[in-house]
Amino acid sequence: MDTLTDPRTSYLSDFERTAKALPGFPELRRKAIEKFAERGFPSPREENWRFTDVAPLAEIPFKPAVGTANPNQFAGLANGPLKACQITFVDGRFAPSFSSLDLPAGVGVTSIGEILKTAPGVLAPLVQVAEDPFAALNTAFFRDGAAIRIADGVQVERPIHILCLSSLHGEPYVMHPRTVISLGEGSRATVVKSFLGPSGGTYFLNAVTTVLLDAGASLDLTKVQRESQQAYHFEHLDVRGARNSSFTHHSISLGARIARTDLQVKLEGEGADCSLFGLYEVAGAQHVDHHTLIDHAQPNCTSRELYKGVLDGRSRAVFDGRIIVRPGAQKTSAMQTNKNLLLSTEALVHTKPQLEIFANDVKCKHGATIGQLDEGVLFYLRSRGIGLAEARRLLIHAFASEIVDSIKTDAVRSQVGGCLALIAGGA
Amino acid sequence: MLEIRNLHATAGDKPVLKGLSLTVKAGEVCAIMGPNGSGKSTLAHVLSGRDGFKVTDGSVLYKGKDLLAMAPEDRAREGVFLAFQYPVEIPGVGNTYFLKNALNAIRKHRGQAELDAHEFLKLIKEKAKLVQISENLLSRPVNEGFSGGEKKRNEVLQMAVLEPALAILDETDSGLDIDALRTVSDGVNSLRSKDRAMIVITHYQRLLSYIIPDRVHVLLGGKIVQSGGKELALELEQKGYAGFEAA
Repeated sequence: MDTLTDPRTSYLSDFERTAKALPGFPELRRKAIEKFAERGFPSPREENWRFTDVAPLAEIPFKPAVGTANPNQFAGLANGPLKACQITFVDGRFAPSFSSLDLPAGVGVTSIGEILKTAPGVLAPLVQVAEDPFAALNTAFFRDGAAIRIADGVQVERPIHILCLSSLHGEPYVMHPRTVISLGEGSRATVVKSFLGPSGGTYFLNAVTTVLLDAGASLDLTKVQRESQQAYHFEHLDVRGARNSSFTHHSISLGARIARTDLQVKLEGEGADCSLFGLYEVAGAQHVDHHTLIDHAQPNCTSRELYKGVLDGRSRAVFDGRIIVRPGAQKTSAMQTNKNLLLSTEALVHTKPQLEIFANDVKCKHGATIGQLDEGVLFYLRSRGIGLAEARRLLIHAFASEIVDSIKTDAVRSQVGGCLALIAGGA
Repeated sequence: MLEIRNLHATAGDKPVLKGLSLTVKAGEVCAIMGPNGSGKSTLAHVLSGRDGFKVTDGSVLYKGKDLLAMAPEDRAREGVFLAFQYPVEIPGVGNTYFLKNALNAIRKHRGQAELDAHEFLKLIKEKAKLVQISENLLSRPVNEGFSGGEKKRNEVLQMAVLEPALAILDETDSGLDIDALRTVSDGVNSLRSKDRAMIVITHYQRLLSYIIPDRVHVLLGGKIVQSGGKELALELEQKGYAGFEAA
C-alpha cells in the first residue's frame, strides 16, 4: 500500500488513533476496519459501482466529526412540522435539546450512543461486518444514531422523526450514523429520516440502517435527503420482513454532490410485502445512485417498486433494481418501474432493472423509461398564457406527484411537498 | 382586430403559406375553409406561435401590434386563443388547477387581481354549465382519458373562462358526432360578442350550419382564393374545392 496516496490510509490511522475511545464492540470494529483495509473503496471496474465513481470522495481527507461549536444555529431547522416526536443529531451526535421524546407506552426511541454506554449487548444481533466497504467503515467507527423499538401490538399514530443536521465547518468531516428500527409482532409505525446540511458544507455522511419487522408488523419509512451540494451521502439500508409484515419506503433524494443508497429488503416469511418508492431531483454536477435488492425468499410475498427521477444540468443518476425470486417462492408478485425525465441534453441516467427468477408460478414485471418534457404539452400550456418557466414547473411537479401522493401520512406528505417546492423555487 | 398581410410560412422545410392575406374585424366570425394540405392548420399554428413553423415573409398585426414577435404565452395574455384540433393530455395536472393558473397569468398581465381558489371554483362551475361539460371532468387531469367530444368541449370551456378577444378554432368539428357538434357549437355561439373575433377553421360546411359565419374565406395552396358571405360555404359544398382550383 502506498501510504501517501492510498485513500484508505487516513481511515486506518484514524481508527488506530481513536479505537480505544470508540464505545463497545472492540473486536467487531477491528474486524470491520480490516475488511475495509483489505477491500478498499470500490472501483468503477466493479459491476455494482460501474457508474458511480467514488474517487472524488476517496481523495478528500475527511476527519472524524467533532461536533459544531454552535448548535443553536439549528434551532430553526429543528422546529419543523414533525418536531412533536423527534430525535435530532447534529454532526452525527445526539442533540437532546433539539429532541422531543415524549413517547406513548410501548415506543422506545433512544440514541445508540446511550445504548453503547449502558447495554451494548442489545445491539449485538444487529451489527455485523458487511462485505460492503462503506458499511464496514460504519461498523468500525459508529458511535451514535437512533434506535427505535416498537413493542408487540403497539400502533403508533404520530410519525417518529429522525433529524440529522450537519453543520458548516472549515475542514471536511465524516460521520457514521447507525440506525436501528425494530417492530414487534403486529405493531405499526411511521418513521421519517431527514438529512439536512447548509450549502457549502463538505462532509461525508456514511449511514447504516437496519430494520427488523416481526410477523405482521408494518413500517412506513420515508427518507428525505437534502444534504449540502458539496456533501457525500451514503446509506446502506437492510430490511428483514417476517411473515405478513409490510414495509413501505420512500427515498426522496434532492441534495449532495454524490448520494448513494443501497436498499436491501429480504422478505423472509410468507405473505410479507414491500413497496419501494423513490424520487430524485438533481441538477448541476450532482450524482445520485439507488441500488435496490428485493429478495423474495418465501412464497406469497408481494413487492412493488416505482422510482422516478428528474435530471437537469450535467447531473447523473443511476438506478439499479434487482429482484430475486428464490426457488420455492411461488405465487410471488413483483413489479418494478423506473421513469426518468431529462431536462438537459447533458444529463445522463443509467437504469438497470433486473429480474432473477428461480420459481415457476410467479407474476413479475419490470420496465424503465427515459424521456423529456413533451414539447406539445409545453406549447399547450403556454398557449393558455402560462409562462415557460411555470409550464416546466407544472409538468415536473406533475411527474413527481405520483411519488409524493403515494406517501400515506399527511404530515409527511406535506413535509416532502414543501421540500420539493423549495427546490422548484430555487431552480 | 387582425390584419394578415402577404404571409409566407414553412412547416419544417416545406413552404405552406404562400402569400396569405386576411382581415378580421372585432365582432366578426369568419370561416376559413380549405381541403387537406391547403395550410389551414399551419395558419392556426403560426398565429398561436408554435415551434416548427417559420414565417419567411409578410406580417401579422393584432390590435395594431406585431403578433409574430410575441412568445406564445404573451399572445394568450393579449387575448389570442387557439382551440386545438388535437388537445393534448396532461397527466398529473388537474384541469381546474391548470385553468386557474392560466386565467391568473392572464389577469395578472391585464393588471387585474388574481382569483383565489374559491372565486375560481365558482366561475368554472358557471362556465361548465354554459358548455355542458360534466363537473367530474373538472377535477380530472387535463384531457386525460377524455373522449373526443369531451376534449373539444374542454377547449370551449377554456375559451369561456379565458374570454379571449380573438379565438381561433382549428377543426373543432373533427371527430365529433352530431350531438357533440351541436353542444360545442352552442357553447361557441354563446361566446359570440361584438368585442370578440373568431376564426373558424374547417374542412366541411357541416360546422357552419351551427356556427353561422359572417365571412367565408377559401384557402387553397396557401392563399385565400375567394372571400364571400355565408352562402359561399354552401357553394363550396356543391362545387367542391376543385371548382376553385380551376379558377
